[in-house]
Amino acid sequence: MRLIAAMSGGVDSAVAAARAVDQGHEVIGVHLALSSNPQKYRSGARGCCTVEDSHDARRAADVVGIPFYIWDMAEEFHEGVVENFLSEYAAGRTPNPCLRCNEKIKFAAVLDRARAMGFDGVVTGHYARTRQSPSGKTLHRAVDISKDQSYVLSVLTVEQIEGAYFPLGDTEKIDIRKEAAERGLSVANKPDSHDICFVPSGDNAGWLHERLGSEVGPIVDQEGKEIGKHKGAYTYTIGQRKGLGLSVPTEDGSPRFVLKIEPKTNTVVVGARADLAIRTMYGEKPVWCGPAVALTPTEGFVQIRAHGQPLPCTYYLDGDKLVATLAAPLLGLATGQAMVIYDGDRVVGSATVCETLA
Amino acid sequence: MSVYLDHAATTPMVEPALVAMNQQLRKLGNPSSLHTPGRSARKDIEQSRESLAKVVGCIPSEIIFTGSGTESDNTALKGLFWKGRKEGKNLVLISAIEHHAILDPAQWLQEHEGAQVIEIPVDSNGVVEIEALDTLLSQRADEVAVISVMHANNETGAIQPIAAIVQAANEYSIPVHSDAVQSFGKVGLNFAELGLTAMSLSGHKIGGPLGIGVLVLKRGLELPALLHGGGQEREIRSGTLNAPAIVALSAAAECSIPVEEIQQLRQLLENGIKQAVPDAYINSTGEKLPGIVNATYPGTESDTLLLLLDAEGIAASTGSACSAGVQRPSHVLLAMGHNEKSARSSLRFSIGTSTTRAEIERVLEVLPVVIERARAANLR
Repeated sequence: MRLIAAMSGGVDSAVAAARAVDQGHEVIGVHLALSSNPQKYRSGARGCCTVEDSHDARRAADVVGIPFYIWDMAEEFHEGVVENFLSEYAAGRTPNPCLRCNEKIKFAAVLDRARAMGFDGVVTGHYARTRQSPSGKTLHRAVDISKDQSYVLSVLTVEQIEGAYFPLGDTEKIDIRKEAAERGLSVANKPDSHDICFVPSGDNAGWLHERLGSEVGPIVDQEGKEIGKHKGAYTYTIGQRKGLGLSVPTEDGSPRFVLKIEPKTNTVVVGARADLAIRTMYGEKPVWCGPAVALTPTEGFVQIRAHGQPLPCTYYLDGDKLVATLAAPLLGLATGQAMVIYDGDRVVGSATVCETLA
Repeated sequence: MSVYLDHAATTPMVEPALVAMNQQLRKLGNPSSLHTPGRSARKDIEQSRESLAKVVGCIPSEIIFTGSGTESDNTALKGLFWKGRKEGKNLVLISAIEHHAILDPAQWLQEHEGAQVIEIPVDSNGVVEIEALDTLLSQRADEVAVISVMHANNETGAIQPIAAIVQAANEYSIPVHSDAVQSFGKVGLNFAELGLTAMSLSGHKIGGPLGIGVLVLKRGLELPALLHGGGQEREIRSGTLNAPAIVALSAAAECSIPVEEIQQLRQLLENGIKQAVPDAYINSTGEKLPGIVNATYPGTESDTLLLLLDAEGIAASTGSACSAGVQRPSHVLLAMGHNEKSARSSLRFSIGTSTTRAEIERVLEVLPVVIERARAANLR
């Protein structure tokens, strides 16, 4: 097959490209320039898209022996990922930009462009697996559960999964580093990237403050009584305990947690830990990585964080909403996060949490 | 079949240059040394300087060897600005279509040295509007430290009205520099006849080696140096003289480029493009360099075109990229009235001495499919 390898300049995508070549595919390496003002150097484990990363990607392509190009996706990334990130926070939700990037950039803009140019699909260094089934290609967890990225890929439609190739899904990360060294890839020991690539300082709250302002608002208890002030409700996330700066203690001295964020009134509602408990979650805009979920409840698992535990649940479709009812209550779930349904290690689909019920 | 149509970026070294360079690389002696081997190396350089001077119409002492066309441009622009500033002049006039080797030092002078840079506009053919220069000079001539306009544009090939610019500048005794890197060897270029103060040339665009440039600088003119050291080259460019590259450059300059054949191939390519892609159009249709075909293919993105052509073994150019390798819309095409979209849909083919008819035919054969795919891949 003819494949485009998305090469970030990291070790995973370099080995993924090399493996695709070994498998006999015709591979072309592409580095996505996602920032219109790239920084020169990486700082620590944060960020990507620096000039240094694009150089590392180029050198990896040289070692693998494939052509290499840079695709400017800065505009698409800004519109599809960064602006979405801001508007979600402004609306009081907690978004996951990596999901949006996979949904809008890597397996949309890049895959569409690749297909139009006569390629069959896109190779990435994601830790996930796909399998052929009678109903088509399905998406599954990686062998290395600690690195599994099926959560952030759960926004891919069947058609996108058809064009997705994850050569690393059957290998432990530690072995990928070894393989990179054996292949002579200089990125073998490059640190993993963490956090949000377009917030290079790692200071998410500070980055949001610069862009969304710092309008002071009230922190209230569940009765609506003001017990403190904050500088922008959007910098809080449901379940958050630290950084509230409250001077009025609770009667029994127990800590308070963020229960709710009301962006319209710029209000943060806090309460006891027990009040965080939810049992049912509703998700909007569901995406199915295979056959659509039925209207009748089905037993399975739901995962609500990238590296969170799969939680036993029953799930079903209610109108255009995906509903999951947990077997045991969960403390703290922010709207805006993805709820991803698993059937064993298979990703059934996902939706964006829009409402929770105790 | 691999097709190389990026000769304006760099072109293969010609045989006489390869031979001359090889021989000189085996010779011993620093050209600045006083002993026999040193004098011998120096002699080779001076012979090269003299023959090169004949080719470009200057006297030998007007030739200053540098490390690149970029270095020549920087030395001339900064040096002439600093010289003018001593007389209280801080205006730098450049055309809007200069190479980055002029644009960026001009920008640097503005940011760090108190210069004011004014870009002279071009018409839709990419030719400097001489009336705009006249107007500027009639108002602010006494503030102008230097005028720099390239001899021919590297992206479109459009030849600039240097003689008219020099004539206008002469009325006010303003020095004129011209970046003639692309014109060198391809069109008539005579330093004395043009009446220029300074002119930049480069070795690797004419079949000479990389890493050698020339600044032709009027006799008797002192300019502040960028590199200080051994005092070579009129103390304007210190550094051990690169004898192998100098003799090879001179050998390449002696070889004439088959201009007529190149022009015919260009015509073949231009006609073929118009036939294969009816809505494509050629940028710059006036007087231009023989081998450059810059065309816009509506609905495409040039980096997609480049990738698809490359996959077919065809090398073309999309213009400059930023430090991260991201394509930028050409400032040259923007100055000619393109919008960002059409500037991003443009691609340059450049034909050289080694180009064959078969290469052009191969491009025309794959072009329709490439354009079709590029259009489908253009999601913006």
